[in-house]
Parts: sequence; structure tokens; C-alpha cells
Amino acid sequence: MEWLISIAIGIMTAAGVILTLRARTFPVVLGLTLLAYAVNVFLFTMGRLNSGIPAVINDVQTQYTDPLPQALVLTAIVIAFGMTAFLIVLALKARSELGNDHVDGIHLAKDEESLKETVPPRQASQSAGGKF
Amino acid sequence: MLLETFLPVLWPLLSAIVVLLAKSAGFKWQRAISFLAVFVLVVINANSLMVAFDLPPQVYALGNWVAPFGIVMVLDQLSATMVLLTSLLALAAMWFAVRQQVDQQGSHFHVLFQIQLFGLNGAFMTGDVFNLFVFFEVLLLASYGLLLHGGGRLKTRAGLHYVALNLVGSTLFLFAVGALYGILGTLNLADMAVKVANLSADDQGVVAAAGLMLLLVFGIKAAMFPLYLWLPQAYANTSAPVAALFAIMTKVGIYAIIRIHGTLFGDQAGDLSAIHIPWVLWLGIITLVLAALGALASRNLREQVAYVVLASISTLLIGVGIHSQEAMAATLFYLIHSTLIAGAMFLIADLIRQGRGEAEDNFIKAHAMPNAVLMGGIFMVAAIAMAGLPPLSGFMGKLLVLSAALDHADFFWILAAVLVSSLLLIIALARAGSLLFYNVLPKEQCHTVDGKPVCEAPKSLNIKGVSSIIGLLSVAIILVIWANHFHQLTRSIATQVFDQNLYQQQVLQVETIANPHKELVQ
Repeated sequence: MEWLISIAIGIMTAAGVILTLRARTFPVVLGLTLLAYAVNVFLFTMGRLNSGIPAVINDVQTQYTDPLPQALVLTAIVIAFGMTAFLIVLALKARSELGNDHVDGIHLAKDEESLKETVPPRQASQSAGGKF
Repeated sequence: MLLETFLPVLWPLLSAIVVLLAKSAGFKWQRAISFLAVFVLVVINANSLMVAFDLPPQVYALGNWVAPFGIVMVLDQLSATMVLLTSLLALAAMWFAVRQQVDQQGSHFHVLFQIQLFGLNGAFMTGDVFNLFVFFEVLLLASYGLLLHGGGRLKTRAGLHYVALNLVGSTLFLFAVGALYGILGTLNLADMAVKVANLSADDQGVVAAAGLMLLLVFGIKAAMFPLYLWLPQAYANTSAPVAALFAIMTKVGIYAIIRIHGTLFGDQAGDLSAIHIPWVLWLGIITLVLAALGALASRNLREQVAYVVLASISTLLIGVGIHSQEAMAATLFYLIHSTLIAGAMFLIADLIRQGRGEAEDNFIKAHAMPNAVLMGGIFMVAAIAMAGLPPLSGFMGKLLVLSAALDHADFFWILAAVLVSSLLLIIALARAGSLLFYNVLPKEQCHTVDGKPVCEAPKSLNIKGVSSIIGLLSVAIILVIWANHFHQLTRSIATQVFDQNLYQQQVLQVETIANPHKELVQ
């Protein structure tokens, strides 16, 4: 079981890193999500892998698994979800304000060309204000 | 169990909730409550500082769970100093934001501000590594909101980079925390230090790797080379009070290195003792050189100020990297100075930008700004303090750092980096000042900004809130006049930082409150 989980964590981390290094916001969001999943599984396994053993102490059981990593993972999952949701909203905002989904905004000549044809109303009014 | 050990963390959270609820009562109420709350926070933190200097480190066990099983808040001299510094900077930034109406540009400025303080104070006072992560996330989420407050293209772009980078940092943080827990079986800082001391040789590699990964995470926060590239963009594009408050955010990274690495890899750690020190020192030196070059190459004032702040951070890293009590005292002295003056610098840059109209704070010829004498005067004082020229406290701080470095093996490199970069910073700031204030266009002449001709300077400049800049700058003078006194205080802090046994003893021997109803429960 150990090698299976380690390989899974490794693949998820590698995929997450590759996606995060892409230049578009959507792959970056996906990459960060994968990284968050990888780290959650990693945290979980740090309490050592046991199957069929409870984390809550009762009168019957003699063996227990470490409950602390489960508490940590729970916190980490909540935080990661919140952060990912925020990043998605920010990426959408950036898409509408910067004109495309490149992480640096408009920087390709082609994008600028295409933007000229469909000028957002805010920019149009600004340039008009400058002329008159 | 003292009130002072948790009130600095609890108070901003309560204020945030009250400010949020006050939304229905109107913006003026929100503003008044928020400002009052920050003011009270200064008083609370000043009281905590006095307690910290009177007593050994005080511990608050959350939910009455003793360390190392529960989470603890630790009030010692270092954390008390940091929370007081935060609240002083916050008071000045808040006053500027209120007077300049920055807080009205978007909604929930005051709520985010209070949550930011909650996260910062929590990060400074926690004694548990995972709880540090949680408070980091709290302060980061608030900082994302503040960074984007008011909106705009450039803010969104800088914010996107900042958020993505910090999320990667959070992931690395969790990997490091997980690895440390897997080996040491605890996350309480004092208990971890005990466990590191009795570590078997096989496990040392993993702990060292996890510790250095934590250094990477704190390096992102502290903007250490090669992780500093987010800082100039983020700080230059956000609103001035937020940038001023962010001056403490980079210090969170420095503080975390002092606290976590200093405790984990202290003298008791055997082979692992001080493994982070060479990294901190040399990366600090490289950051310093690059920050000075960046300040020279900047095209506008706010970007330049961001690089000057980066230079002060790297001086702090060098101070930590020298690794002696004397150097730690010098570093903390310089930390107090650089945090408050950096805050003032961002506020000044914003006023200068407003005064120059269309030319903004770009280093181009423009018409003379209104209130040029006042603005030029405070810019000069701030520049002298920031660059480290005598007679202000920047000089004192750098002198203390250099004199603490005298015995160090790499003294030559530290000296060369600090002195050459100081010279470059003086040149950069002098160039900025002369371009902004002396090199002005005659009234009748036009200049072009983005292809548009501009023929008139703004008639007036809104200098409301300038008192908070003057207040922050007066610290540079106060720190020099009572330099000996302040240096003694920072020396006392440094002694306590290096006294690992006292810290461990206080944290691990904390007693819980006896439960008077114990018999009833049983």
C-alpha cells in the first residue's frame, strides 16, 4: 500500500507542478488544486498507514491510528478549497479586465489586434475622453 | 494565564466581527469603530509588551489543552515587540486611509484590515507550527482582499501573481509540516526542539530537508532571492495604506525564520544546529545587491520604494545570518526602524503621485507639484532614514549590524554588500528626489504622457493624513535620541531568543486551569 500511495502523491505533485507552470490561468488553477490534493494525501499518510483501525478511543479497541493528521488534513482541505475558490474568482476577474486568460494579461501582438476589434466600453470611453 | 497572552489576537477578530455587523449602521460607524479598535489594540499591545519584559515567556493554552497536545499562544519579548510594531504601523496606515478616503474605494476595507491584523498578531504569537500555517492563510486571504481593494487592471494582474505564488508557498509549507510531523511526531515548537535534540542519525536528513523547505516558504514571504520578484509589482500597484501595512508582512517571514529555525535548529540540535544560517546569510547578500540595482533601474517612485524596502529586508536577513546575540539585537533594532519608515515611504510616494497629476510618480519631467516644499522635505527625511545616512536611525541600525559582523568569517562580503548597496540606494533616492522636485517644466510648456499632451499641473494637493507620515518618520528621530535605551531592549529580546531552555521550559510546563466542576463530571 505504501508504494501505491507514494506513487500517487508523486504523480499528482508532478502534474500539479507542470500545470502550475503553464501561462494560462485555468491550468494554473487546476495545477494548484492538484498540488493541494497531493499535499492533503501526504499529510494524511504522515500518521502512518493503517487499515481498519479507529482513530477514536473506545473500550473495545486496543490499537489506534494517529488522529492528529486527520485533524490537520481537515483544516488543510477547508483552507485549500477556500483559496481555490478565491483564485477562480480572481482568474475570472482577470479574464474580464485584462482581455485574455494569460497570467500576464495582454502581451501577445495577436491578442492586441483582436482586442482592437472588440474594444471594451470602459476603454473606449476613456480614449474618447482624452480626445475631446 | 494572563489576559495579555491572547488579547492581542482575540481583539482584532472581535473588532472585525463588530465592524462587519456595523455595516447596516452605515460606513461612518464602520470607520469609527475600526479606527477606535486599532487604537485600543495599540494600548493592549503596549501593555502586553510591558508584561513580556517583566515576566518570562507567558503561555496561553487554547481550550485548556496542555502543550504539546494542544495549541499554545506564547507571549515573549520578541512576539510582543512584533505585535506592538504591527499595531503602530496599522494605526498610521488606517489614519492615512481614513483621511484620504482610500477606504471608500471598495467595500469591506475595514473588515479586511481587522482580519489582516488578526492574522498578523496570531502568526507572531503562535507556538505551534501548524497553527502558524493557519494564521498565515488568514493573513494572506485578508491581504489578497486588501491588495485588490479598489480594483483596476494593474492591481488585478499583480494580485493574480501574488495569490498564485502564495498558494504554491502554502502547499510547500504543508509538505514541510507533514514531513516534520512524520518524523518528530509533534508540531509544538518547543516540543519539536526537544525531539530534534534526540534525533537518530537516519532521520536527520528528512528533518533538514523539511526545515530548509520551510526556509523556502518563509523566503517567499520575506521576499528572499530568488523569490522576491512578486514584491515590487504587488507593492507598487496596490493602494498606499495597504502597501504601508504590507511593510510588516515581509517581516513575518523574517520573524518566522528567527522563531522556527532558531528554535528548531538551535544549539541543542547537534549536527543540524544552524544549518539554515549560511543560506540566510548568502541569499540575504545576493538579495541586497539585486535590490540596490533594482532601485537604480526603477521607472517610477513606488517601484523604487518597493526595491528600497527589499534592500532593508535583505539587511535583516544578513543580520539573522550573522547568527550571534549581538547581531540579533542589531537586526531587531533595524527591523523596528525599517518597518515603520518603509510604511511612511509608501504613503509619501502616494502623495507625490497625486501631486504630479498625469505624470504620476514616473521619473519624467513634469510641472512643479503643489506643496513641493513640504513634500520634498518629508521625502528627504524619509530617504535619509531609509538609505541609512546619519543622523537618522537607518544609519544606527546598519552600523550596529556591521559592528556585530566584525568577528564573522565572511566579514568582507557582508561589509562590501551593505556599504556598496547603501551607496547605490543613496544615488537612486537622490536621483528620484532631484527628478521629482527640482527638474520641473516651466508653466507654459507641455509634456506628453502616453502620447497625450499635458499642459497643467494639478492646482492643489490633498495632504490630509500627512500627520501619519510625520508620525512614522518621527520614529527615526526617537530611535536615535534614545538609541542606547532601545538597543538595550533589543539586546534583552535577543538574549531571550537565544535562551532555548527557558522557552521550552515555559511552554512545556504550562499548567491548565483546574476545573472546579471536575467531581460533578466524574
